[in-house]
Amino acid sequence: MITVNYHKTCPNGQDLKLVINEQAVEVNESADTTALQYLRSNGLTGTKEGCASGDCGACTVMVGELNGGKVQFKTVNSCIVPIGQLAGMHIVTAEGLADQSGLHPAQDEMVACHGSQCGFCTPGFVMSLAAMVENGDPAKIETVQQGISGNLCRCTGYRPIVQAGMNALGRDYESRLQDPAFFKDTKSPSQGNVQQPLNESALREAMVQYPKASLIAGGTDLMLEVTQRYQHFERLIDVSRVMELRSITETQDTYCIGASVTYTELERFFAQRSQSLVSLLHRLGSRQIRNCGTIGGNLANGSPIADMPPVLICWGATVELCTSSGQTRGVSINEFYRGYRQTVLQADEYIAGIRIPKRSLDSFARFYKSSKRIEDDISSVMGAFLFQGDGSEITAARIAFGGMAATPVSLPGIEDILVGKTINKRLLSEVGEAIGEMMSPMTDVRASAEYRAAMARSMLERALNEFSGVSKPLVMELKLHA
Amino acid sequence: MRKLTDNEAGAGLNSVASGMGDSLSHESAVKHVTGEAQYVDDILEPVDLLHVATGQSTIAHGRIKSLNLDAVRLAEGVVDVITVSDVPGDPDVSPVYTGDMILASAEVVYIGQPIFAVAAISLELAKRACMQAKIEYEELEAVLTPQQALANEAFVLPTRSFVKGDVDEAIESADHVVEAQLYVRGQEHFYLEGQISLALPTEDGGVHVISSSQHPSEVQKLVASVLGINIHQVQSETRRMGGGFGGKESQAAVLACTASLFAIRNGRSVKYRLPRQDDMVQTGKRHDFWNRYRAGVTDQGVIVGVQMELAGLCGCTADLSEGIVDRAMFHADNAYYYPTTRIDGYRCKTNTVSNTAFRGFGGPKGMIAAESMMDDIARKVGRDPLDVRLENLYAPGRDETPYGQKVEQHMLRDMMEKLAGDADYRDRRNAILAFNKENADLRKGLALTPIKFGISFTSTHLNQAGALLHIYTDGSVHINHGGTEMGQGLYTKIAQVVASTLGVSYERVMVSSTRTDKVPNTSPTAASAGTDLNGMAAQNAAEKIKRRLIEFVASDSGARSNEVLIENDMVMVRGESRSFDNVIKAAYMNRVQLSATGFYKTPKIHFDKETGKGHPFFYFANGAALSEVIVDGLTGEYRVSQVDILHDVGNSINPAIDIGQIEGGFVQGMGWLTTEELLWDDTGRVISNSPANYKIPTAYDVPEKFSVQLYNEPNREETIYQSKAVGEPPLMLALSVWCALRDAAASFSDYKFSPPMNTPATPEEVYYAISAAKEYSPQ
Repeated sequence: MITVNYHKTCPNGQDLKLVINEQAVEVNESADTTALQYLRSNGLTGTKEGCASGDCGACTVMVGELNGGKVQFKTVNSCIVPIGQLAGMHIVTAEGLADQSGLHPAQDEMVACHGSQCGFCTPGFVMSLAAMVENGDPAKIETVQQGISGNLCRCTGYRPIVQAGMNALGRDYESRLQDPAFFKDTKSPSQGNVQQPLNESALREAMVQYPKASLIAGGTDLMLEVTQRYQHFERLIDVSRVMELRSITETQDTYCIGASVTYTELERFFAQRSQSLVSLLHRLGSRQIRNCGTIGGNLANGSPIADMPPVLICWGATVELCTSSGQTRGVSINEFYRGYRQTVLQADEYIAGIRIPKRSLDSFARFYKSSKRIEDDISSVMGAFLFQGDGSEITAARIAFGGMAATPVSLPGIEDILVGKTINKRLLSEVGEAIGEMMSPMTDVRASAEYRAAMARSMLERALNEFSGVSKPLVMELKLHA
Repeated sequence: MRKLTDNEAGAGLNSVASGMGDSLSHESAVKHVTGEAQYVDDILEPVDLLHVATGQSTIAHGRIKSLNLDAVRLAEGVVDVITVSDVPGDPDVSPVYTGDMILASAEVVYIGQPIFAVAAISLELAKRACMQAKIEYEELEAVLTPQQALANEAFVLPTRSFVKGDVDEAIESADHVVEAQLYVRGQEHFYLEGQISLALPTEDGGVHVISSSQHPSEVQKLVASVLGINIHQVQSETRRMGGGFGGKESQAAVLACTASLFAIRNGRSVKYRLPRQDDMVQTGKRHDFWNRYRAGVTDQGVIVGVQMELAGLCGCTADLSEGIVDRAMFHADNAYYYPTTRIDGYRCKTNTVSNTAFRGFGGPKGMIAAESMMDDIARKVGRDPLDVRLENLYAPGRDETPYGQKVEQHMLRDMMEKLAGDADYRDRRNAILAFNKENADLRKGLALTPIKFGISFTSTHLNQAGALLHIYTDGSVHINHGGTEMGQGLYTKIAQVVASTLGVSYERVMVSSTRTDKVPNTSPTAASAGTDLNGMAAQNAAEKIKRRLIEFVASDSGARSNEVLIENDMVMVRGESRSFDNVIKAAYMNRVQLSATGFYKTPKIHFDKETGKGHPFFYFANGAALSEVIVDGLTGEYRVSQVDILHDVGNSINPAIDIGQIEGGFVQGMGWLTTEELLWDDTGRVISNSPANYKIPTAYDVPEKFSVQLYNEPNREETIYQSKAVGEPPLMLALSVWCALRDAAASFSDYKFSPPMNTPATPEEVYYAISAAKEYSPQ
């Protein structure tokens, strides 16, 4: 067993406490020190750096949180999580899984199934599998595949790893890591160079006190500035614990999704409400990314290839913004983007939440994502389609695309053509041509301009065919995640 | 006298299985899962450690007009800054020829080429310091594609040809001619552990270099040459790599040399680790190839002549491209007999990073031309592609390769027919034809492809290996050998070989770090030959000691040597048995040498580079794969639904490890041919420069139904336990996926047309192949 040489003193009075492998520790690090850097420089070198960008999962650790008296584990990419964000949590690494009685089921099965070759990705896989074991997930292939969607292995071809996961999830296992007592000495949250306000008024206070500090939610984009471009953040304001931003509330006709709600939480919330969205979410990032990344972050970074905006455009969502002095305003998602990586968000504003009209979920919807790889890949084209009508005639339509322009865009021109029409070959070719005229996408590393334009046409055609019942859903037929 | 360790105290040495032929776990498996397996970056950092980063060229080709590093030197944390003029020895770190400079001198030849290096107290500070450099260039014209290089006749090495008979005449008089070209993109290794070296200065004015390298001896030699010191002053060590795949054969050396240079200059330990993006920009990859072929065939699709031109994008220097393009040429026949042929191999010089070894070493680039051609022929003559393949296989009497070696083990027909039978090729083909008739958009594709891969380094001198074996007085066994462990299970197999040769239990044998001061002058662990070479060397060492033990026991008990048997940790002579440990103790007391070196050189091989004829390979490893795909004609998206593999590893030393190599190699090959798109922009910049835009397969991409069977036939050549090499060959089984995708695309022309489809077959590429098939109309 490797023991850890933890920092024992906190000269700046940061007083950040957390638990690492069952041991309470106090941490004093700069705001942008990642959990991976912290672990590795304190003797826990079992957790590896493969890419430092959240794409390979070699750095995966398990993070336990006390939630209503119960311990829930999630996996995160420790390479892009500031250690300061993990205040009060229990980090478990590959070194901390085994005990006197032997290896953890995830480790034991990885050995038995020959799940490691070079071994470098292995600790990350072990943690992803272990988190599923700890959370009592079912022994299903899809569950295992989803759980390791953010772990790359270049040696094994994955078959033995998936087998190890299936075996581990099928075993009887009594965990010692579920003990709430681990959390008794930890003081949450961090009030040092990572500020962790717990409610909106505290968030606003922090924004006033530290006007230059960047807001961080999941950090899955922001932290690349540190790990890839070697920028330094002196102070961060973490919005991921702001109670109001973390919740999903509903009124009679609206769902209000807090900006800090993660994709994983969205998957759970929409499981019975929108299968189309859930299918998309399974392809949006990896499990580790979805455990951290938030809906608000997806909007705030202004990316033209973000996957949520086209969906939200179709659903007619409104973005709720709030200033540090508490002034709120609602902006239609259609008006949220001003240009390439530019939004209407002002320097002293934050995204509080996204309002979605409930009735928009009743319409026929299809969300298609085109990418080179099925899992954890950035879209070359993201198409969102919403139709009303009786299957042959369209009474209302909303169409939006990502990856086709400098911002996510809606296509009212196409919607106008479709409404009142019967779906037939002529209509398909008419809207196909119209899309080609309306959009001029670009060529980049992900796709050529021509292919993007062709995909916009094909996606619309397929959505209309599925709406009219000509085609079965592609997710079923190609198994692009169900 | 010192007390010898009591046997009973030596726990864990009581098991008796040597493990030969068993599916033993990887020797480090438990250390892998607990995080205890140590990689170079995990070694406890010395307190005086410095970290290295480099400043890189931002243009593809030009002269450096001015280089101002003042701000770099003054930057926070910087301890030392060097340029090429600071190299005391030879700044050229090329593996074979010349041109790979440790740092650029007057001219830069690719974007990302290191120009200067910084040592600082942390990696972050070294990286930030590099951004402070002011560099002015005079830009020169850049050559970026094989087509441009061919037009300019810009080559890193001369063009070579294999010629057999009059191919032009044969093609001209053939019933049919197929002709096509195919652009085959390269591949980023994406070993999970990036390149890294740690250099520790020694009291002898040398260095101890610990690096993630497939070739510690070359690291040692180049470090000595850069520093201008003797090779014996450098110890080079590799315990394990977090993946290599060829990417750490030649590419690791420059990091070791740079770190060592800083270590000597500053008298401090130095670590040079490439962050992922630097690794993806700065180190060589699999070559792009531009392949053109023309074949004459009979009405039945039997080849009468094949002409091929294979143009490899080598990048700015030769690196290992001589052998890589050679191997593409050696495999341009894959498994098929070409009665007449001309194969030309071009080594194109471009202003891109110098490409290097990658699992298959050019072989896949030649094979894909052959497989593409088989499908073209099948569509031309209207036969099932499997029948055309079977018809053209090497066979007795039709067995001479384009380079003169005769194929002696004709096992592929049986393997392919067995696989086709076991996996229902014919029924599935019919079902797919029916499915495709009924579906407008969704189509299925099927392909069964063979591989025949030549085993041996084509540079004959590299086919040698050494080992060093000790037995200690407690009976524990320690083996070193020249091979390196990169996950392929070499150490495990070597321990199995030693245990089985000695007649002792597997647990008794420990394999430790590969070090140049244990086994010198070694070859890279490459060419799939790690076990073949080092296994034989280890066996040779074990046999020497075993012979000494047997002679000792025989003389001790007055028996003849052939009456002594060592087996299951016991030594038997004339009905009496003694424990191995007791015999070892007695041997020591009687001054029997319990240490031995082993050596091996591969027999039978020779090759004349000038004539292009010879016997370059000891034997061939074979395999066959059947892949099925389903494709969406509207978007080009697809899934690989089923893969069945039958592969030839001879006698398997360790079936679990061999199957792991086959599955892993297949998926890696599938990535190369499907999702992994290595792209440059038109200024020569690698734009697939991170895992965010270069996508290797995930677990979800692995076929739902994925079966691997071993074809259990002992190698007829005298290899270690009649096994066959397994490292590279399975990668090329993935050609079946590419062929199946093209088969599905061809269905849109009712199989009348063989649509062009370059690699990787991304959804975009498949979409355009489908479009071409849809547009096809017979004249």
